[in-house]
Amino acid sequence: MPILEIENLQKSYGETHILHDINISIEEGDFLVLVGPSGCGKSTLLNCIAGLEPITSGTVRIAGRDVTGVSPKDRDIAMVFQSYALYPTMSVAKNITFGMQVRGVDKATQARKLKEVAGQLQIEPLLARKPGQLSGGQRQRVAMGRALVRDPKLFLFDEPLSNLDAKLRVSMRTEIKKLHQDLNASIVYVTHDQIEAMTLATRIVVMKSGVIQQIGSPAEIYNRPANMFVADFMGSPAMNLIPARVRAEDGQTRIEIDRIGDAPLVITDPVDRQLPAEIVLGVRPEDIHEATENAHLPGTAQGAGGEVMIEIVEPAGADTFAVTHLGGKPVTARLRAESAVRSKQKFPLAFDLSKVSYFSPKDGSRLN
Amino acid sequence: MTSNTMLRWGLYAILTVFALFYLLPLFVMLTTSLKSLEEIRTGGLLALPRAITFQPWLEAWSSACAGTQCEGLRPFFWNSVLMAVPAVLISTVVGALNGYVFAQWRFPGANLFFAAILFGCFIPFQVVLMPMARMLGLLGLAGTIPGLIFVHVIYGIGFTTLFFRNYYVTIPQELVRAAKVDGAGFFRIFWSIFLPISLPIITVSVIWQFTQIWNDFLFGVSFSGPGSQPVTVALNNIVNSTTGVKAYNVDMAAAIIAALPTLLVYVVAGKYFIRGLTAGSVKG
Repeated sequence: MPILEIENLQKSYGETHILHDINISIEEGDFLVLVGPSGCGKSTLLNCIAGLEPITSGTVRIAGRDVTGVSPKDRDIAMVFQSYALYPTMSVAKNITFGMQVRGVDKATQARKLKEVAGQLQIEPLLARKPGQLSGGQRQRVAMGRALVRDPKLFLFDEPLSNLDAKLRVSMRTEIKKLHQDLNASIVYVTHDQIEAMTLATRIVVMKSGVIQQIGSPAEIYNRPANMFVADFMGSPAMNLIPARVRAEDGQTRIEIDRIGDAPLVITDPVDRQLPAEIVLGVRPEDIHEATENAHLPGTAQGAGGEVMIEIVEPAGADTFAVTHLGGKPVTARLRAESAVRSKQKFPLAFDLSKVSYFSPKDGSRLN
Repeated sequence: MTSNTMLRWGLYAILTVFALFYLLPLFVMLTTSLKSLEEIRTGGLLALPRAITFQPWLEAWSSACAGTQCEGLRPFFWNSVLMAVPAVLISTVVGALNGYVFAQWRFPGANLFFAAILFGCFIPFQVVLMPMARMLGLLGLAGTIPGLIFVHVIYGIGFTTLFFRNYYVTIPQELVRAAKVDGAGFFRIFWSIFLPISLPIITVSVIWQFTQIWNDFLFGVSFSGPGSQPVTVALNNIVNSTTGVKAYNVDMAAAIIAALPTLLVYVVAGKYFIRGLTAGSVKG
C-alpha cells in the first residue's frame, strides 16, 4: 500500500493554474524530494499534501486513507518549515510538546517522548531556552524535534536547510539522511537545491511551472533525464547540451557538430538511433574523456570524438574542467586532475556514447 | 571647546526653552490651584503660592457646582472610569481579534473589509452624531453609560484593528501553519501564540484608547444623561457655571484632576508605548 498517493491533483487560484495534473505515489520508507526552480509549485504541492492549501480537484491519500478534505491536524503528518516556525514565547520543551498538549496527550507520555526526541537530536541542554536564544542549527534541530515527537505516517520538509550556512547545511543534510535510515520514515522534502535532491532522495520529482517533468530514482534522473529542462537542472556543472545534425549511414548514426576554426566534428554512434535530422546532444562533463586514455570505453573508440580547441582550463583540485565551444555552445569536460590539457591549444576529447542523451530541439523531449 | 560640543549645548538650550514653554501652563495651573482666591487676586500669575492651601482641590473633588448639582467632580469621575475601562478593554480585545484575522486568516474580500475599517478611523465625530443618537435610542441605551461604552467601542475598533493588524502582519504565516499541523485551532493559536507576544501592542492600544475615551467631550456631552455625564462634561459645567466671583483655583484643580488618569497611564506604560509603536517584528 502506498504511504502517499496523489491522483490527478489540480490547483488553481481563479484562472491561474498552479499545479497541473499531479500524479505521485510513494511507498513506506521512501524519501521523496520535490525539486525545481522557484515558482515551480513544489512548496504549494507540499502544502496541498499537508492540507494547508485546499486543492481544486483530485485526490490525496495518506496510508490508504482519503484525506482530500481532511484538516492538517487529522492527516497524521508532521511538518518542518523553512523558517522553522518555532513559537517565540515558548521554551524549546514547550515547542516540542505543544502539539501533544493540544491533542490532550497525558503529561507522563509527553515527558517520555520529549526525553526520547531530545536525546535523539542531542538538544537536552537547550530544553529550557527560548527560540530567540538558539543558533540557526539549533533551531533547525528543535523544528525537527517537534516533527519527530509526533511519530507521524508522513514527514513533510519545506526547504529546511535553506536558511543555514553552507557548512552546516552539509552536516544537517547528512543527519537528515541518517534519521531517515534509522527511523525508516516516509518523507516528502522540498528543495530547490539539486545536490540536496540527489544526495537525500530515494525518489525525485522534478517540477517546472506546476508540471511534473520527471519522476524517478536519483540515478534515473541523472543518467536518463526525460527532457532538456531536467538535463540542465540536475547536475553541477550542468549537462552539456550541444546542437548537432544527424544522418544515418550503414546502420550507424553519424553526428555532426560545429567546431570553432575547424571543419565540423563528426562522431559515430554504432547504433542506428532513428533520430531526426536536427538534435541536441546531451552529455555530462564526466562523460567527456581525454581521447587517448579511454580507448577501452565502449563507444569512445575512434570516431566518438576528435580534437577541439580548449578555451579555458579550470583546475578544481580533484578534477580539472576544460571548456571548449561546440555547436555554438560552451562545453565543459571533467578531466583527471593531472591531465595535460592547456588552454588555447587543441586537445583530443571523446564522448562516452553509451551515456549520452539525445533530445529533440523542438520540444526538448528525450529521443533515446 | 570643539564645534561639536558647542552644537550639543546649543541643542540642549533650545530643548530647554521648548520644555519650559510647554511646562509653563502646567506650572500656572498647579500654583494657582494651591493659592487662595485672595492671593490670586493680589499676587502675580507666575508667583509661587505664599500659603499653600488644598481647599480648592477638596472643593473641586466634592463640592463644586456643575450646573445645579454641587457634588464636585467625584460622581462624574467615577462615571468616566465606568465608561472608559470597559470601553478600552472591549475595543482592545475586538481589535486584537480583528487584527489577527486580517493579518493571518485571509478571507475573500479581506482587503475591502480592512479598507472599510480603516476608513472608519477618518470619519469625523460630528458626522456620526445624529445616526448614533438614533441608534442609541433604538437600542434603549440613550443617556446611559453602556450607551457611551458602545459608542466608544464602535469608534475605537478602527484604530485598535489597525494597530493589531500591523503588528501581527509581521509575524510569519508559517507560525500559524505549524500550529495548525500541531492541531491547534483559531482561538487556541490566538491564545497560545499570538497573545503572549502582544504586550507591546496591547499597551499601545490601551494607552491610545484610554486617552481618547477619557478626554472625549463631544460624545460625552451628546449622548450622556444627567446621571451619566463623564468628567470632561462636568469640568466644562463647573468652569462655566460660576456665580459671582470666578474660582480660578477650583477650576484649575478640577482640570488637573480630570487630566490626571491619562497622565498616570502614560507615565506607567509610556515606555512600552514607544517600544510598541517602533517595534512590531518578533524574532522567532
